[in-house]
Amino acid sequence: MKKITKIMSLILACAMTMTLLAGCADAGAKDAAEPSSDAAAGTNADAEDNGNAGTHTEAVFMIGAIGPATGGAAVYGIAVKNGTELAIKEINEAGGINGVMIEYNFQDDELDNEKSVNAYNTLKDWGMQMLVGTTTSGCCIAVKAETSNDNMFQLTPSGSAVDILKDNDNVFQVCFTDPNQGIGAAQYIGDNSVAQKVAIIYDSSDVYSSGIYEKFTQEAENQPFEIVSAEAFTADNKTDFSVQLQKAKDAGAELVFLPIYYTEASLILTQANAMGYEPKFFGCDGLDGILNVENFDTSLAEGVMLLTPFAADAEDEATKAFVSAYQAAYGDTPNQFAADAYDAVYIIKAAIEKSGAMPTESVSDICDKLKVAMTEITVDGLTGEAMTWDSDGAVNKSPKAMEIVNGNYSLIQ
Amino acid sequence: MSFISYLINGISLGSVYAIIALGYTMVYGIAKMLNFAHGDVIMVGGFTIFYAVSMQGLPPFVGVLLAVVLCTILGITIEYIAYRPLRQAASSLAVLITAIGVSYLLQNLALLIFGANTKAFTSVVTIPAIKLAKGQITISGETIVTIISCIVIMVGLSLFINKTKAGQAMLAVSEDKGAAQLMGINVNRTISLTFAIGSALAAIAGMLLCSAYPSLTPYTGSMPGIKAFVAAVFGGIGSIPGALIGGVVLGIIEILGKAYISSQMADAIVFLVLIIVLLVKPTGILGKKIQEKV
Amino acid sequence: MKKYKITKNVRDNILTYGIVILAYFIIQMMIHTGKISSLMQGLLVPLCIYVILAVSLNLTVGILGELSLGHAGFMCVGAFTSAFFSKCMEDVITFGFLRFALALLIGSLSAALVGFLIGMPVLRLKGDYLAIVTLAFGEIIKNVVNVLYIGKDSSGIHFSMKDSLSLGLMEDGEVIINGAQGITGTPKDSTFTIGIVLIILTLFIVLNLIHSRDGRAIMAIRDNIIAAESIGINITKYKLMAFSISAALAGVAGVLYSHNLNSLMATPKNFGYNMSIMILVFVVLGGIGNIRGSIIAAVVLTLLPELLRGLNNYRMLIYAIVLILMMLFNWSPKLVELRKRFSPRRLLNRTREVQ
Repeated sequence: MKKITKIMSLILACAMTMTLLAGCADAGAKDAAEPSSDAAAGTNADAEDNGNAGTHTEAVFMIGAIGPATGGAAVYGIAVKNGTELAIKEINEAGGINGVMIEYNFQDDELDNEKSVNAYNTLKDWGMQMLVGTTTSGCCIAVKAETSNDNMFQLTPSGSAVDILKDNDNVFQVCFTDPNQGIGAAQYIGDNSVAQKVAIIYDSSDVYSSGIYEKFTQEAENQPFEIVSAEAFTADNKTDFSVQLQKAKDAGAELVFLPIYYTEASLILTQANAMGYEPKFFGCDGLDGILNVENFDTSLAEGVMLLTPFAADAEDEATKAFVSAYQAAYGDTPNQFAADAYDAVYIIKAAIEKSGAMPTESVSDICDKLKVAMTEITVDGLTGEAMTWDSDGAVNKSPKAMEIVNGNYSLIQ
Repeated sequence: MSFISYLINGISLGSVYAIIALGYTMVYGIAKMLNFAHGDVIMVGGFTIFYAVSMQGLPPFVGVLLAVVLCTILGITIEYIAYRPLRQAASSLAVLITAIGVSYLLQNLALLIFGANTKAFTSVVTIPAIKLAKGQITISGETIVTIISCIVIMVGLSLFINKTKAGQAMLAVSEDKGAAQLMGINVNRTISLTFAIGSALAAIAGMLLCSAYPSLTPYTGSMPGIKAFVAAVFGGIGSIPGALIGGVVLGIIEILGKAYISSQMADAIVFLVLIIVLLVKPTGILGKKIQEKV
Repeated sequence: MKKYKITKNVRDNILTYGIVILAYFIIQMMIHTGKISSLMQGLLVPLCIYVILAVSLNLTVGILGELSLGHAGFMCVGAFTSAFFSKCMEDVITFGFLRFALALLIGSLSAALVGFLIGMPVLRLKGDYLAIVTLAFGEIIKNVVNVLYIGKDSSGIHFSMKDSLSLGLMEDGEVIINGAQGITGTPKDSTFTIGIVLIILTLFIVLNLIHSRDGRAIMAIRDNIIAAESIGINITKYKLMAFSISAALAGVAGVLYSHNLNSLMATPKNFGYNMSIMILVFVVLGGIGNIRGSIIAAVVLTLLPELLRGLNNYRMLIYAIVLILMMLFNWSPKLVELRKRFSPRRLLNRTREVQ
């Protein structure tokens, strides 16, 4: 009797696998320029939002994006997803790039390197010509090996590790690299003599955070301040920061450097307040968004300084327009990830216009043209004015030092 | 001085673990299953209170009550749909895997409903912090409330199990399901009741966890859930006082390990101590020794 | 235990190998005719990895009968040791195949060693306590790897547990394992063919073990430890043997994993308890002790989330629901009963009876 069930489930499973495989093969066999039915059908809100669901017959630019849309880092991936979508919608409404519409597809990578490569391959099957991604550094390193193999143009909005740019010429960054931020922060603190005794709290299990930490401590040796305490936390241990704060307090630190994301930083601020510790807090671009944590007591963040290229409360027209459009579309205040992604699309637009690439060309030809164009263009975006790129892919722009005053970001002159 | 303050922080963290571990151990003791979804029920409780109190402005008491009711219903439903059909399954692992499925389900539902953005939870505890030694040591109101609720719940549960008929029925079911059934105990109803109590405890744990560490995401419950599971095993899974002791000890080890050994290796230290304890006492600190019969 | 006749046993094994080899040829054919999507092509090596993991965990869970939640930890050991070796030797051994073979050997041996060292103290624990201790070891391995800094320069290999600065590398130095940033730029030596060869090797080891004298001793321990002890079976030896072999095979999967991706990091996602549990899901869904079932479950559950990508935001939700339903379908006694009643063979017999 037991055998029968075994055979039954075997047959069932085989049948399932075969149908799945067959489904795959079908999708792959389709013309690459045509969006696969999977993506266009059913619940796909993106295609509808783009407002160009009917333009399949004409040639379009196919832009894909990758980031974690589920799991603990979902907030960053979703921001990239929305930022990219918003920019593409705007461009399409304004008549596209050189009159050519853009089609958009976002894939979830669950913050896993392997899943990120799967997401990239899915987008490739869909017919992607340019990649806005990936959102996180670790996944980006895994994916860039694939894009460089395929010679696919890749522009990462927020992948900041140096390794992303190593050994390839097709990958460009919108954000600063980690060393850039770490050194920048150390120099800023030193030059403006913000503090003499500095403590650091960083995420030792995160590529972004440990990367900045490393360069910060390296640069600190040349600076007139002293690092009195450097304590870590890990992805599995990020609810209680009392020890790290207590150590900073005991060491007499006047400034706590937080090269981390705002989710954890909001907890650190709350806990420091609860224990009556009031140092100056200083962070990098990951800290941007702290004022938008729903229901967060922004008075706790009063006086927090951060080096960031973007602030949702900035007064210039472009930022205002972006923030209100984003809020109208998604109901949230955009963070820096959304702004980076939004800029990424406009950077691609500028590069395409410069190079005259056409959607009918092969992926590799487009990439070759864009590679050249990237080093020639200058883009004014939300996250930096007059951004230019080296041929290795790093961006040249200057960070702005912000301070939170009266619950708003304000530029320090 | 900082040692005392580390110790207090440890107890504070530990009491949160303890209150989650109580729910774990309760369900394990009676249903003999590791309910991996327990941490996610805590998250649901947290979100309920967040929306009721912080967003709708209801009084905290009403919010907590609402969370308790909602989580209880959720717990009973999960048990009925996902766990009960597998109770007689050939392997006890089957229900463990389903519990993982339920955990994924709750996380992803929460992601769709509440979004990925972090929510800052407003503490529902209004007791002011106690400051000792000229303000160098602070015991927060949340810590006091957590510890008191922990003890109250532990005593309450012990009384319930030892003094009431339903509690005795639970004890009987945990000893021997078959024999309990023959004695006229409704096993299904008893297990449902266990899940109801466990989930109600999860709602309260959610309130205390989010009050003490005020950040709320769809994944808030999963890591404390695993830590509490470790705490429950630490104290001897199935034992109610064991959960309390396990939780507090775990919290203290975690904080002291971070403070005096390495903040990067906090988890490794906790797990290493766990392994050593289990090697010396294979069924945890207060676990029952099971004599194997031939 | 059912008494297997030799012929049935052999037939069963041939069927298992046959499925793998057939799948290989079908996919090779699809690759050559270009009828395969990039997604599928990218998934081929991961599929091999998860199949090996599932089969190797089934040795612990199904054959030895002990619950292990630290399998990803052994995979992590295999992945990091082999990637470290390959990075160091990239310039010395330029012949990719030889380098990979050595890396494979190193990865699996170190995983086996770790399995042996962990197994010695913990295998005397039982049931859920063993599960939690293996989970603890898995987490410790992941945590330690995350603070490991190893670099190499002309004066040799440097090692630190603090940060890469304290390695004190010279100008020409290179940080190979950089803490949380892991190892970047491991040569991509894993291919589908190698993966399939390793699956067959894994099957060969596991199936032969099961049907050998040692395997019967291991299963005797599973079925009744006291009876097994009383007839003179060395419990510790056989438990350790099964556990170490299982760890070594997980190490093999780790080697494949690290040589498939450009960046190797120990995150909660790939080497944490989540992964261990995922492998356990393969084993339980495929049938505890059923090797062929593990293979099928690993393939189906790895493909499922990828094929649900069209559902966008609802993907993981549907995945969770499908997982629960599959478990209920496969394990619920009532449904099993129902399935038996309507199984094709039963219906066939019934029609025969009627005639």
